[in-house]
Amino acid sequence: MSLAVQRDVAPGAAGAAGLPIRLAGVSKSFGETEVLRRFDLHIPAGQFVAVVGRSGGGKSTLLRLVSGLDQPSGGRVMIGERAVTSLDPAVRLLFQEARLVPWQRVVENVGIARGENWRERALQALRDVGLDGRGDEWPSVLSGGQRQRVALARALVSRPNILLLDEPFGALDALTRIEMHRLLDGIWRERGFTTVLITHDVAEAVALADRVIVLREGRVALDLPVDLEHPRAELADPRAAELQKQILAAV
Amino acid sequence: MSAASQSFEAPAEARTSAAPAGRRSGRAVSARLLLGVVLPLGLGLVWEAVVASGFASGRLMPPPSRVIAELVRLASTGALWEHSLITLSRVLGGFAGGAVAGIALGVLTGTSRLLRDLLDPSFQALRSIPSIAWVPLFILWLGIFEASKVTLIAVGVFFPVYLGVSSALMSVDRRTAEVGRIFRLSRLATVRRILLPSILPATVVALRTGLGLGWMFVVAAEFMGASSGLGYLLVDGQQLGKPTQILAAILTFAVLGKATDAILASLAAPFLRWQDSVGEAP
Amino acid sequence: MTVEALSPARRAERTRPSLARFGRALAPWALPILILVVWEIAARAGLVNARLLPAPSTIASAFWRSLQDGSLIANTWASTKRALIGLLIGGGLGFLGGLATGLWRPAETLLDSTVQMIRNIPHLALIPLVILWFGIGETAKIFLVAIGVFFPLYINTFHGVRTVDRQLVEMAEVYGLDRRARLSRIILPGALPSILVGLRYALGLMWLTLIVAETISATSGLGYMTMNAREFLQTDVVILGILVYALLGKLADWATKAIERRALSWHPAYQIARENKP
Repeated sequence: MSLAVQRDVAPGAAGAAGLPIRLAGVSKSFGETEVLRRFDLHIPAGQFVAVVGRSGGGKSTLLRLVSGLDQPSGGRVMIGERAVTSLDPAVRLLFQEARLVPWQRVVENVGIARGENWRERALQALRDVGLDGRGDEWPSVLSGGQRQRVALARALVSRPNILLLDEPFGALDALTRIEMHRLLDGIWRERGFTTVLITHDVAEAVALADRVIVLREGRVALDLPVDLEHPRAELADPRAAELQKQILAAV
Repeated sequence: MSAASQSFEAPAEARTSAAPAGRRSGRAVSARLLLGVVLPLGLGLVWEAVVASGFASGRLMPPPSRVIAELVRLASTGALWEHSLITLSRVLGGFAGGAVAGIALGVLTGTSRLLRDLLDPSFQALRSIPSIAWVPLFILWLGIFEASKVTLIAVGVFFPVYLGVSSALMSVDRRTAEVGRIFRLSRLATVRRILLPSILPATVVALRTGLGLGWMFVVAAEFMGASSGLGYLLVDGQQLGKPTQILAAILTFAVLGKATDAILASLAAPFLRWQDSVGEAP
Repeated sequence: MTVEALSPARRAERTRPSLARFGRALAPWALPILILVVWEIAARAGLVNARLLPAPSTIASAFWRSLQDGSLIANTWASTKRALIGLLIGGGLGFLGGLATGLWRPAETLLDSTVQMIRNIPHLALIPLVILWFGIGETAKIFLVAIGVFFPLYINTFHGVRTVDRQLVEMAEVYGLDRRARLSRIILPGALPSILVGLRYALGLMWLTLIVAETISATSGLGYMTMNAREFLQTDVVILGILVYALLGKLADWATKAIERRALSWHPAYQIARENKP
């Protein structure tokens, strides 16, 4: 599997389901502090991009701009052919916390937006993330990993073209995190949505992404293709270790 | 995390205008306070104008100016002070009695398992009687004069204080209590340095609740036959059809209630300095 | 070691705690029963003035009498009706007001400080004014109950709406829930625990207000019944009235607890409580 950043559809991914993301000259400031200045980035459809960087480097801001939660102070954010001006149903965001609604059962959480035969679709999404038969439970009885699985099912139930992940595995224990990596990797390869993962875990970035971007003080400090075949066995590959070293140097 | 994710916690309004916080907030707060009094002030002025122009007589709902005039009149004859003082002494007498009994019994049931099993269920059962329901019985037992009024207030104050103290004692963090054992403090020192400070916040809240109830019950008690006190002013105003006098007495009740609560809170403040939110208690 | 050698010790071990448990289960009843017995004996022996403190049996027969002539039921019903109508009006307005100020900043700026100011007035002090306004009919009493229950529901609804987890509200926005869906699926259920606390307070104030209002001016209701009985020195009926109040208060308490258990079944605290129940 080769990687071509220049083309608009990354090979390997199923393609049709993903949408490209383009940021052109985007600036964003909060009060006096400018988090992003004239920022350019192009993510082809179906690509899996990991964004790494220190706290306050603008990672979360980037994600909130793409999701339409915040509007840029200058420049444009494009999804496919559309400019992002508000929340877009084609984009789904997975938060750091699972943010399950405690008074809605698991299946109701997955189908929180309701819509046509939402229950069946929600149950299918639960099966996809390996939570078959847990639909009628309250979120409070689930473990941390299970809660993030439910959140993932909730994001995927509407078949989004773009999935944004804001350090969703940061609070999980190491074993659960590896399980979640396998799950996400499998679903991404099957569905082919464009994915942007924010993480401070360099190993996680290399284990999942086609391309790792290091953000420093609102700029791209490193844009590194990860040309390893999926699924990847973590730590086993010396090439992965080499890439991690490169990224860490840039952070 | 980053500045952006911190704003997750902030209320919606703060998020949209997260701009120069320091400068903005002072002005915004005073503007909000001003806006807040617009409604009562406006209504008062409108009512004043309506009555002044003769569209309404204002007999049943007198305009602010007449209420203020009545307050001045009552104050100048000395009647206001006299009645306020009598009501105040009833509240404080009942409050003292109820608070002392509530703390004493709360401490007993909060520290002794046997006494708790024996007494607490009875108190819980009595608690579900609205204290005011005792009024007729107290009048029968204690007569119509001071004793029945003060007792009623004391009963009203007793329950919140008792419940507050005993539940605070029962929920003293066991780990906090163990600190005393680890440092080999004497029994007295444990009580003084660990037990007392840790139940004090809840006790203060309970006392303030009790005081609030005391003010409510003094109204009820003075309704049931009194020849003095602010409650008497209320009843008198009703019988003579003088709404201005009633409103003047109501305002005095509100001011006195607020003032005694503020005094109680400030008396307790020095002992609660280690706590974050002093004065925030409801 | 043989089984025989072990068993007596074990049996003792087992009986002692169960005896203790039995004793503990009995303890709450010990004091009330003792008081009742002493009270009955003292009253019969003439040690206490029966006019001040009639024997429990006298109160029981007063209960039976007023039940048979229908006065107890009629008065209780009159009070209950006033209480519920007042609760519906005042509680409903408090809920809507708290919702409005909780959801909409301009409403808070305009209304909240006014409400906080009025809250300082002991609402019982309004009784004479309300009687002047409305006379001594039903309106006055319902109005007073409505005012009494308004504040706890207003304050707790406002507080509940304001303390709903912002992260959940944001999630709902991101996942495309419109205003109505956010209100019904996120904000209202999130505010419910606080609203129920307000309801419990309100129920307490409801009875209290009604008792005072009925004592001062009424021709029916429990407050009237007890005050009337006091004037004729029927202490047994007075105590009966107090007991009925206690029962009604307890009923209101049970009702809110039942609502809480149903409405908050998602809450971990209630799940544990349910599992512990055999």
